[in-house]
Order: sequence, then C-alpha cells, then structure tokens
Amino acid sequence: MKIAVLMKDVPDLVEELEVEDGALPLDDMSFVPSEWDDQALEEALLMKEEADVEVTAVAIDTGDVDNMLFTALAKGADRAVKLVGDFSRTLPNRLRARLFAQYCQAQAIDVVLTGVQAIDDLDGQIAGLVAGLTGRAHASVVRDVHIEGSQVTCVQEYSGGKMAEMQLAVPAVLGIQAARKPPRYVTIAKVRQIQKSATLEEVEAEAGTAPLVTVRRIYKPEAAGHAEMWGDDVDAVAESIVRLLEDKKLLRS
Amino acid sequence: MGQVLIVAECQDGRLSDATQELIGRGRELAQATGGTVTLAAFGEGARDALRDADADVAVVVNGDGVQQYNPEVYEEALAAMVEDRQPALVLLSNTTMGMDLGASLAARQARPMVAYCTALWRDDDALLATSQIYGGKLAADVEVPDGAVVTVIPGSWPAAGSSGSPRIEEMPSPAAAHTRVLKVMEAESGGDVDITRADILVSVGRGLQDPDNLELADQLAEALGGVVSCSRPVVDAGWLPRSRQVGKSGKTVKPKLYFALGISGAPEHLQGMKDAELIVAVNSDENAPIFEVAHYGATVDILDLMPALTERLEGRAG
Repeated sequence: MKIAVLMKDVPDLVEELEVEDGALPLDDMSFVPSEWDDQALEEALLMKEEADVEVTAVAIDTGDVDNMLFTALAKGADRAVKLVGDFSRTLPNRLRARLFAQYCQAQAIDVVLTGVQAIDDLDGQIAGLVAGLTGRAHASVVRDVHIEGSQVTCVQEYSGGKMAEMQLAVPAVLGIQAARKPPRYVTIAKVRQIQKSATLEEVEAEAGTAPLVTVRRIYKPEAAGHAEMWGDDVDAVAESIVRLLEDKKLLRS
Repeated sequence: MGQVLIVAECQDGRLSDATQELIGRGRELAQATGGTVTLAAFGEGARDALRDADADVAVVVNGDGVQQYNPEVYEEALAAMVEDRQPALVLLSNTTMGMDLGASLAARQARPMVAYCTALWRDDDALLATSQIYGGKLAADVEVPDGAVVTVIPGSWPAAGSSGSPRIEEMPSPAAAHTRVLKVMEAESGGDVDITRADILVSVGRGLQDPDNLELADQLAEALGGVVSCSRPVVDAGWLPRSRQVGKSGKTVKPKLYFALGISGAPEHLQGMKDAELIVAVNSDENAPIFEVAHYGATVDILDLMPALTERLEGRAG
C-alpha cells in the first residue's frame, strides 16, 4: 500500500514577524516544516512499522524544501519527492492542492496523510482541498490511523473531547491532528549522511489555475486587550502574584 | 447578494452558539442586499432546533446516514444543495465539521475559499473577511469573491439575537459508500480529576520542556489548592492525559484563576479558557498571544518561577 505525506514549510513563528507594506517579506524569513505535517509524517512512519506500506514524503519546490525532505528520509520515509516547476514562496494553497492532487492521482497513492492545518493556509486546508479535487474519501482532525486490509481506520476528534472511530475505504485523504507518538528526532549528522547516499526524486509539475482570493493587506491585529506586565525578575513576579491572589481572596487561609 | 447558505450544527437539541453567530452575520449581509438566508441542517433533532431560527428556508437532511456525523454523507448532501441553489456565500464554523467540509466542498465545486475568518463585512461593493493566520500573530484582510466558502472561527462575533420561522424543506440523506462511523465516544469524563470543576488551574504548555518538570507544576497546584491542566502539545507528547487538556479539542474551562505557564496561546487554546475570571500568563515570548487575553503577565522562565512561587505560598501557609 502506498502512503504519501504531503508536506510544506512555513515561516518560523519563533522569529519576530515583521510586516512590510501590508505583506510578509517571506524571502527574508527562516522556514520550518509545518508542525502538523511533521505529525502526519510521524503517523505514516508508525503505520509503516505495523503494515506493509511504502511511505513517500512529497513537497513542492517553493524554496528550500530539500532539507525537510532529506530529514523525512532520515526519519524512515522510503522515498522523497520534490514537485518542481516555477513556484514561488507565495504559492496559494489552492494551487498547492492541485499539484499534490495531480501527483497522488498519477502515482495511484492509496492513503494521503497531511497536517490538518498550517499556520498560513488562509485559502483552505490541503487535506480537504486534495480530497475535493480527487473525489477521495476523507476526514480531518484525525489521529490513530491504522491500515486494515483495503480500509483505514482512524479516530476523528470533535470539539470538547468527543470523538468517533471511523473506517474509510482507500483511496483516502486524512488531515492529521496529531501522531500517536511525538515526532521522532534525527540528528543533523544522520540527515547529512542521508544527503550523501540518497537522492530526491524530482517530478515536473504545473499548477494550472484555481479559484483564488485576493489579500488586500496582512497586519498585526490590534489586541483587544493586554496583560498588565510584571517585568522579568522572578522574585518580584512571585511576590506580585502572591499579592494579587491575596487581594482576590484566592489564597488558602 | 443572493442566497447565504449556512451549514448548521446542533448541540443538545439546539443550534450551536457558533451556528447562531453565523446566522446573525449571514442575516445582516443578506438583508443589506435583499438576499435570503438558507440553513442546512442534519438529522431529525435539527427540525426542532431550527424552528425559530432567523432564516428564510431550512433544509433538513434526514435518513439513516445522518444519525451521526459522517463527512462523506454530509458533503454529498451539501454539494447537492450548493449545486442546486448556487448560493452567493457559504458559511461554516471552523469546527471539525467545518475543517472537514469547507475545503473539500470549495474544491469540488471550484469555489474560492477563505478559512479562519474572524470578521466579515461589506466595504462599498466588496465583501471582505479578516482571516486569522500565523497562530493568531497576524491577520489578513481578504476579498471574498461571489460564491465563496468561508469558515468562521467560533466566538468571532455575537450570536444572532433575532428569531424567525423558516420554511422547512426535507432532503433525503445520501448513502455512505466509502466512509463508516464505527463508534462515537463521549468526552473522557473526569479522568483522575475533572478540570472543568476546579476553581484554580495551573495550566502548562510547551514551555515545560520536559515531563520531569511536571513535578514543579504539581507542587505549585498543591500549594494553591488547584489542579494541573495543559495545552494540546503536552497531551500529544504523552506527558498528561487527554482529560487534562484545555482548548478547542479539549475542555472549556471557566475557573476563578487560570495560570497559563509556558503556553503561547494558539487560537485553539484561547477558545477553551478565555472566559476564566482571572488569567495570569507567564511566557518567555513577550509577543505571545496569551498576553492578549491574560489580565496579568510576566516573561520570566516558568521553571524558575514555579518553585519560587511555591516556596512563597508554602512559607505563607506555614
């Protein structure tokens, strides 16, 4: 059974996000794999440990995705594929989804896993978009994915802690909320070693057209409010908290 | 604007708050341009729930396939409705159902989409939406084209206060060919403790760094007479059980005191705790969104603060 993990990298939120002229200067930012895609990859690798499946990590060449793909190989993916073409960092999700959908159909992928969301997918989440374009069975906000014959089972989370156990016929698309275990760690040395021994498969692709939306401006939202800040001295902060709790009568007498 | 189609969700026999929010804004937008509001709802129980909703038409999908939520059945029904009615705007809440159906519906119907909407308004002739992106650190104002699918974050604006008497139309449920719901499980009740009943919550997030540091949170909670809860990454890492999780996919809590320690405040977490009476947040990132809902905050290291605060509280008690 063939599993594809659709991955993308996103700006690193650890860095300060500076907006210039109503847009993000993406070329000046550092990128990291989307954390939910990392979870999807981990879930796929766990599925590989319990069933006869081939895991392929797939990313679109919108910048430097090589390291992300080599890391996927170092973690245990069987193949890593880079969809190449004239793509910029600002490639909308609708076009990304078209590229991924074309690949999954052409390669007859059985189970597509990807992150349930990403921090920048304002025009739709990849899992739903790929499912809609390919007409595949799908579910999002899921975890605990297992192969059972020609079916996959998973748990779908609802609000408030309620959940459902589901079974989908393959081919299927799943938007992964979290893997069963935290994403595995690989050393930089292991990634470098893989870079020497493995190659990324490049597949030429064309995005075509899709119904897009126009972004007028990006900006830092005005906070509705802000905490009264107590500074950065541990003892002073602890003292302030005790006084506050005394005032509010929240301390045990 | 022609027709606004709103995908309704019911909870305990009534329309969810999130759906009421969509209805309020949908009605405003439709009214301004002589349009209409249509609700799409599922299951026998929906009929009573939407009887006095402020909509012109309510389509109730009924049959074996909608006894519980099944993404395939719901999507087939919605796709048929959209195909038939050609709405100018489709609104869904950004819940599991919205995450499931919004993008796939948009893709299969070749309609544009705006996700994570927190505001929706008309500016001259254009319909605009604000989309919350980058974990709530940034917002984008987006033009919403005719026919778009928009998913709205619950709690973005007040619920509809008005009521109406929509004309009810029935639609038979499509069959599920590829997707089966095997079992629906209610929320894990309580676990070892029920965080929704605690007056004081010491809630830890990614900033905890290591499960061994949970002991510091336990000691602080003990000194305060509170309970330890957490954000999603702590559960995903296996450090605390799911019953302790606060947020969209966990519990909604309203304690007298909510200590957010090492929690940045992703929108999904804020949804579950923003109504706490008193919120004290400690996070090393001074720009963390948690400080926007907290009443008091500090940027010290939680691993230093927790023992210092515990010591003070114990000293005071002793």
